Amino acid sequence: MSLTTKDKETVKAFWAKVAPKAEDIGQDALSRMLVVYPQTKTYFAHWKDLSPGSAPVKKHGATVMGGVADAVAKIDDLTSGLLNLSELHAFTLRVDPANFKILAHNILVVFAIRLPNDFTPEVHVAVDKFLAAVARALSEKYR
Amino acid sequence: MVEWTDFERATIQEIFSKIDSGVVGPAALSRCLIVYPWTQRYFGSFGNLYNAAAITSNPKVAAHGKVVIGGLEQAVKNMDDIKTTYKDLSVLHSDKLRVDPDNFNLLADCLTIVVASQMGQAFTPDVQAAFQKFLAVVVASLRKQYH
Repeated sequence: MSLTTKDKETVKAFWAKVAPKAEDIGQDALSRMLVVYPQTKTYFAHWKDLSPGSAPVKKHGATVMGGVADAVAKIDDLTSGLLNLSELHAFTLRVDPANFKILAHNILVVFAIRLPNDFTPEVHVAVDKFLAAVARALSEKYR
Repeated sequence: MVEWTDFERATIQEIFSKIDSGVVGPAALSRCLIVYPWTQRYFGSFGNLYNAAAITSNPKVAAHGKVVIGGLEQAVKNMDDIKTTYKDLSVLHSDKLRVDPDNFNLLADCLTIVVASQMGQAFTPDVQAAFQKFLAVVVASLRKQYH
């Protein structure tokens, strides 16, 4: 299920609308993940406050969306483009890759809330494929 | 027995009283058929599903979307025993329709996204958690009679 030229164009066009709200979207998606999938909190035991909209959640949501923005820019070769991030997740963070899907789902939910008219089914499928490709690139170095 | 908090019960009742089943059902089913095209395998008799525009305007898809919401409304009315309420539906999906139960999660995700876009900011993380818990119970009940 690799990205077609059309998929890439759709993702880039949609990202132009996401970009101004990226930090807010990131914070919202992360907040939702921690509430709706409480098992994901295990990765953030070192944070003082895991509640929606808290300072560490805000900061980290922005970091995550920064990574996604980077992936959009490197959409033509995610595997080499995200090499450092893959090493980080594989050797340091050791996040179980199943969680990438969970976070992706919550990002999509926030897109639906914030950009309901732009997040059409056609955009949804392209973005879903893109986030799955990002997850694959992030998993590259795991084993 | 599934334990529902007062908040969860109230939230589910409110969502289903607020949403327009004629809009959400068709939107969720057509989104599922577009985003996860392999799900089209179950709808061979529905006619033109060749592209997103065809799926979105297909009257059989729209009609079936409403049927699906009708099924969910039965679960909302019987939240304390969805498993029993869905016994026949589960047999139907297993023995007659022969739907791979993993597809239930795909439709559930599309329902979540459509309801989120309808409710906007009112679809808070806690509301999302309640809605996804409800859908998880529905999916588990639909899987129950598979053998």
